[in-house]
Amino acid sequence: MRRFSWFNTVSLTLGFAFLYLPMVLLVFYSFNESRLVTVWAGFSTKWYGELLRDQAFLDAAWVTVKVAVFSSTLATVLGTMAAYVLVRAGRFHGRTLFSGMIYAPLVMPEVITGLALLLLFIGINLDRGVFTIVLAHTTFAMCYVSVVVSSRLTTFDKSLEEAALDLGCSPFEAFRLVTLPIIAPAVISGWLLAFTLSLDDLVIASFTTGPSATTLPIKIFSAVRLGVSPQINALSTIMIAIVTVGVITASILSKRAAVAQRRDEQAAIRAE
Amino acid sequence: MAQTVFAPWTDPDQKPIIEFRNVTKSFGDFTAIHDLSLNIYEREFFALLGPSGCGKTTMMRMLAGFETATSGDIYLSGKDIGHVPPNQRPVNMMFQSYALFPHLSVWDNIAFGLRRESKDKAFIGDRVEEMLRLTRLTKFAKRKPHQISGGQRQRVALARSLAKAPKLLLLDEPLGALDRKLREQTQFELMDIQEKTGTTFVIVTHDQEEAMTVASRIAVMDEGNLVQVATPAEIYEAPNSVYVADFIGDVNIIEGRATQPGTKTGIAWAEGQPPILATPAKSVEAGQSVHFAIRPEKVTIDVERPDRPNTFRGKVIDIAYLGNISTYHVELAGGQMIKAQMVNARRLANRHITWEDEVWVGFTDTAGVVLEE
Repeated sequence: MRRFSWFNTVSLTLGFAFLYLPMVLLVFYSFNESRLVTVWAGFSTKWYGELLRDQAFLDAAWVTVKVAVFSSTLATVLGTMAAYVLVRAGRFHGRTLFSGMIYAPLVMPEVITGLALLLLFIGINLDRGVFTIVLAHTTFAMCYVSVVVSSRLTTFDKSLEEAALDLGCSPFEAFRLVTLPIIAPAVISGWLLAFTLSLDDLVIASFTTGPSATTLPIKIFSAVRLGVSPQINALSTIMIAIVTVGVITASILSKRAAVAQRRDEQAAIRAE
Repeated sequence: MAQTVFAPWTDPDQKPIIEFRNVTKSFGDFTAIHDLSLNIYEREFFALLGPSGCGKTTMMRMLAGFETATSGDIYLSGKDIGHVPPNQRPVNMMFQSYALFPHLSVWDNIAFGLRRESKDKAFIGDRVEEMLRLTRLTKFAKRKPHQISGGQRQRVALARSLAKAPKLLLLDEPLGALDRKLREQTQFELMDIQEKTGTTFVIVTHDQEEAMTVASRIAVMDEGNLVQVATPAEIYEAPNSVYVADFIGDVNIIEGRATQPGTKTGIAWAEGQPPILATPAKSVEAGQSVHFAIRPEKVTIDVERPDRPNTFRGKVIDIAYLGNISTYHVELAGGQMIKAQMVNARRLANRHITWEDEVWVGFTDTAGVVLEE
């Protein structure tokens, strides 16, 4: 292997330090014995235990998971439908306007999205709680899903759908039996993206929640305003661990699938 | 007299399976098909031939139901199918890209269409096995499309489109992705399968050799029009226009003027040269401007002046040795180039004609075609 020059070494160290030092500190202090976050008093896992006994945190975690599962599922359905129509409909009048409008929420400040939704919910007199957060998260997550799915659909061979129609499928059957199974990986990663977005959203959730529903980010934020507790560190460490394991698993799975595919294709070429 | 020749298009009592009646298809300002009428008969192997953009694929997509004609009607077995959606037509298509479903095995790909008709399992099983045998794919039934070779994929696509026993099978450039050897072999397999199943095949291709090999009749298309519809032999030996003569095979085209009226004429083609003696199919006017088209294999090349109705002096400019044949490019008086083809019947024979040689080219008075244009 080539050796790095001193310049490369420095840039590498600086870059990674910038990205990971805050997280390393957070994880490190989650194992602190002391109640004071920045004073090291020896190794302990007691904050993890305390976290599990704190009913308020557990409730918030449950609400968060519920919201994330429902909103990401709803967003995936709507986002996939939107992507399908935009990619398949071809050139119709006002197509650019439509696709622009679907992607606009991506760059819209969250505060504005949150405020607009809040005004709507007040306007139609909807009690705020888990249901309104689910609606709000669906609204902003579906454009992410639609971006992911439409980029897959643009490379999708349209003749596969035509073949399905030709062999006797109704248009809906063609979508269900052919298109959907083939674009499933993109739909699943769209779902995962929506799930993660919902999991860590603070701004929109705070606007659209009511007294009955507190999500984990809201809980952490309000707890931190009274001072950082080692419990929060422990909670954050758990979340980092979950995300890390998830990402590594997903990348290993996709890499294995790619390797298997290449092996099969080479076997097919040799058989020729 | 027992009729052994398959030619339903010559029998006025035969009902065509497909009828295009004054069909026009436009995409916005662009007209892909101009007021076109065409009959295709049962059990035919019909080829739509033309360069890309000539409208042949549009014709096929209208038969499959993916496009609707802007005006005019299309009949299948006497029924207007203009607005029948593709999933309700007794027509199946083999796609250029094969369009095999990548998430399904070979077996499930072939069974796909049968399952849509919700037939019973035993029937589907039997039919799929039959198709696998017909296309020699039994060994690969469990594989996914990306686990088999290009030639095998092509056979899966064929088996899948034949499984529902369609009245009409459409093949869109079916052999385009195969290499030459495999393509030739597959052409014969296609003809064999067409004969065994008795299905009417319509093939779209830009490869004239392929069309000549497989088809009972060929429709040569250009810019949304049918230029000539005829058997491969007629298309080759009696093209009706310079376009067809030039598109199919190799040809010499010489411009000139008819010297006598009628069906036996001379064609004046260069100052101070004897006219070309030719026999037009339709009688011509004296002085009419015509094109004389002659295939290179009908032109002979000799050192001594041969005893033929047409002989001209020329100089060998180029020789293309192709193994089985050699093509000589000969420059005649006045700079007119003519290609002559000779079969290399003898192995490594001492070729007595070479570059820069003065030679005689010759052909009979019926060897060429006189085209008015």
